[in-house]
Amino acid sequence: MAAEELKSGPLEYRSQEGRMGILGFWIFLGAEVVLFATLFATYAVLFGRTADAPAPSELFQSGVGMTLVMTFLLLTSSFTCGIAVHEMRKGNAKGLATWLIITLVLGLGFLGLEIYEFNHYVHEGATLPSSAYWSAFFVLAGTHGLHVTLGIGWAICLLIQLKQRGLTNVTSRKFFVVSLYWHFLDVIWIFIFTGIYLTGMVL
Amino acid sequence: MADTNKKVPTQHVIGFLLSLVMTLIAAWAVIGSALPTMWIIISIFVLAFLQAGVQLFMFMHITEKSSGGGHVPWNMMFHGFALAAIVVAGSLFTMSFGFDHGDMHGGDHGGNEQHEEHSNHGE
Amino acid sequence: MALDEFFVTGEPLIYAGMVSIALVSAAIIFLLTYFKRWGWLWREWLTTVDHKKIGIMYILSALVMLFRGGADALMMRMQLAFPSLEFLNAQHYNEIFTTHGTVMIIFMAMPFLIGLMNIIVPLQIGARDFAFPFVNALSFWSFFLGAMLFNISFVIGGSPDAGWTSYTPLAGAAMSPGPGQNFYLMGLQLSGIGTLATGINLMVTILKMRAPGMKLFHMPIFTWSTLVTCFIIVFAFPILTVALALLTIDRIFGSQFFTLTGEGLPMMWANLFWMWGHPEVYIVILPAFGIFSEVIATFAKKRLFGYSAMVWSMIIIALLSFIVWVHHFFTMGAGAFVNSVFSVSTMLIAVPTGVKIFNWLGTLYKSKIEFTVPMLWSLAFIPSFILGGVTGVMLGMAAADYQFHNSYFLVAHFHYVLIAGTVFACFAGLVYWYPKMFGHKMNERIGKWAFWLFLIGFHVCFFPQYFLGLDGMPRRLFVTNIAEWLPLNVISTVGAFGMGAGFAVFVFNIYYSYRYSEREKTGDAWGHGRTLEWSTTTPVPFYNFATVPYVDEIDPYVRMKEEGKTTFDEKKLKPIHMPSYTGQPIIMMGFLAFASFALIFEWIPLAIVGLLLAVGSMIYRSFDYDDGYYVPVDEIKRTERKARGL
Repeated sequence: MAAEELKSGPLEYRSQEGRMGILGFWIFLGAEVVLFATLFATYAVLFGRTADAPAPSELFQSGVGMTLVMTFLLLTSSFTCGIAVHEMRKGNAKGLATWLIITLVLGLGFLGLEIYEFNHYVHEGATLPSSAYWSAFFVLAGTHGLHVTLGIGWAICLLIQLKQRGLTNVTSRKFFVVSLYWHFLDVIWIFIFTGIYLTGMVL
Repeated sequence: MADTNKKVPTQHVIGFLLSLVMTLIAAWAVIGSALPTMWIIISIFVLAFLQAGVQLFMFMHITEKSSGGGHVPWNMMFHGFALAAIVVAGSLFTMSFGFDHGDMHGGDHGGNEQHEEHSNHGE
Repeated sequence: MALDEFFVTGEPLIYAGMVSIALVSAAIIFLLTYFKRWGWLWREWLTTVDHKKIGIMYILSALVMLFRGGADALMMRMQLAFPSLEFLNAQHYNEIFTTHGTVMIIFMAMPFLIGLMNIIVPLQIGARDFAFPFVNALSFWSFFLGAMLFNISFVIGGSPDAGWTSYTPLAGAAMSPGPGQNFYLMGLQLSGIGTLATGINLMVTILKMRAPGMKLFHMPIFTWSTLVTCFIIVFAFPILTVALALLTIDRIFGSQFFTLTGEGLPMMWANLFWMWGHPEVYIVILPAFGIFSEVIATFAKKRLFGYSAMVWSMIIIALLSFIVWVHHFFTMGAGAFVNSVFSVSTMLIAVPTGVKIFNWLGTLYKSKIEFTVPMLWSLAFIPSFILGGVTGVMLGMAAADYQFHNSYFLVAHFHYVLIAGTVFACFAGLVYWYPKMFGHKMNERIGKWAFWLFLIGFHVCFFPQYFLGLDGMPRRLFVTNIAEWLPLNVISTVGAFGMGAGFAVFVFNIYYSYRYSEREKTGDAWGHGRTLEWSTTTPVPFYNFATVPYVDEIDPYVRMKEEGKTTFDEKKLKPIHMPSYTGQPIIMMGFLAFASFALIFEWIPLAIVGLLLAVGSMIYRSFDYDDGYYVPVDEIKRTERKARGL
């Protein structure tokens, strides 16, 4: 735990703990890639096994507008999250908080739409137990939604800590890590959007 | 990344615009284009990987030198995605024989070839 | 739920189990209270974040699990040697082979190796602790509570009985109702979280906390094997996490992933399970290779032959381990092409493994071998493991596998690789590093008794099983009233009891050595240590290294000894930053274990309460800014002078 403090560079990288924490989180993200890949693999293998439940293509085609809005919400939130870290690196705690709050509002909008969408499918007769395909759909999209929820809760905790402690090596490391997490969720959503919704419309 | 002290984070803006454009192209390919299904799927997945690249390289500072992590973040992402490809393609390949579940929905990849194979076994 | 559904009833053996659990728990509580050790237990062990203490707890738990898994094995062998005694009934037999497999792989082999890694890896690379000591404690408690959850199933709720592979549809809600399978799912899930966290933790530790100057290709081979293993853990365990979660959702919330209704696909479970399961095999064998390499180099008194070939072969094994999983279910009927692809990739793994065998032989060649107990385990490993490896190549041929599949030939094969590989390595590693952990060696004479009893017992037990398999005896069979099988089964059972005796002698040796072994004065207990862990004093001070040496070669301690250098350079002393002990990990994981227990019995509201408590404790942790303390130079000086007799 030799505290090799650096004098320059972004705050989050200055202490050895900060560098190790960020590196560990990258490794964790590697594990998350595989976690979602397994869910995608299950989804792909179970594709078409809808039994008596409605086929996905009809539901997805009628809801394409909303899916696009969800995608844009999340893409924009990833951008604002990037700006938040940019502000943090300029030492602007206020800018960081503002942009992060915008990010979280966009994330909440995404979640709201996703809940609405799931509810809609359930009303159309596509539920978790209705078929193998719909089980895979709900668990894959739901796992992503759960990650977004956790991310929002986590970021709120950090905002409180920012208020209490200001920008330090430790808080900026935490914000950087949560930003990695948020961008990563956007990466996963791109694949859900492509692999589930767009592909589901053409197949 | 080099834009730490710039007023406008150019790289983020470019990345954001790129991801919006790519999303719109992918959506258009599915809704508006008359391409064959196979080409649509290939092109939208190429766009998805490009977008993932935008997030990783332009937003997530994956190659940042001052992190002291060397090539580790890049390495983990590369192997993660390689393994993701193995898991998805490998599962489809392995499970492609398809227990005959009555109606042949489109999703039963390679189901037809397998039927030939089964009849070969029978001979 | 009525009480007689909650507790398992109607089995004399299980009543005996209940009584013994109650007695042992009462005895532990009595002893702790009588000797007023509760505070000590909490302060020194339950709240520790010290990698050495956590490692010791891992190894102790693993030994207890080895006892439990071994007892299961002996019961099975009793039944198979004397089928007409009706020692076990069919249900009980199913439960026992399920728990035997699960306990041995998940709760014995992995924690044992992770325990050794915990203690040794930071010492080998010159680090003062893990990168994330708090997470390390978290990992241990998640493993420990997961293991306890799984083990309690035989008295509460009923054990899982669908095999350690838990294949669907048998393991699904329709064919295995009740909490049994849920115990399997939640126990593995809970301990799996810990394993993944350990993988990340050790990886960062090795990548970022090496002694100054130490490049990756200067690292001791055990550390290398740990790094490669962690790579596999990080990429394989998420697959298990998902597979377990999907089956849990199937069983508790009615989804249709692996069911026979709703167009579910039961074989998808096998696919996912083995996509994790095969890399898992290498997770438990690569560290074993690392341990043998260390032991062989030490007692051949030579630098390991072909160090870089050894490292590269491990890396290649790690990559190949992800593309062979289908060989576990060739007989599923995926078709000739699929089977051929995986048959070829399977046989490829024999190549890097063969490279390693020649490296060990090359190290031994023309060396002055010292036949200590760890060296005996390592030497016995080579031929025994080759027997297992070669039969593995036989099993890897898809066409031939249709004959061998699920027969005792397979059972013999994987016991030959897992016992001769992993278990021998655990024993070798424990005996080899024992003086570093406890300050005295294990008695060599008793150790040799344990070794020979176990080794001979092992071959007598499993060698006949190859022939039983070729004679057509299937695995997981509980009645074997076939005259041709009986003699070999009896021989095999005799061998199993030989192994049991070997284990008993081994455990007795722990007690005997604790009482009578000569206390260790120097840090280099065997006199031939080559790597940094031997350069510290014994017992290892809690900060490991007073001054971290500069390392620019393989086996740095050899030169340090020649030049008379130590890890105590008074001029270079600086205050050392250490993490503080905390009770948060055990509490956090306690909440998660509670939630898991509730989920096992499908008490959803209670499970939600447990989950919320766990999340609450994580938020608490997020706001906790305790960043440890500094050990002052004076204290380091005092400790080192005393330990070194200056």
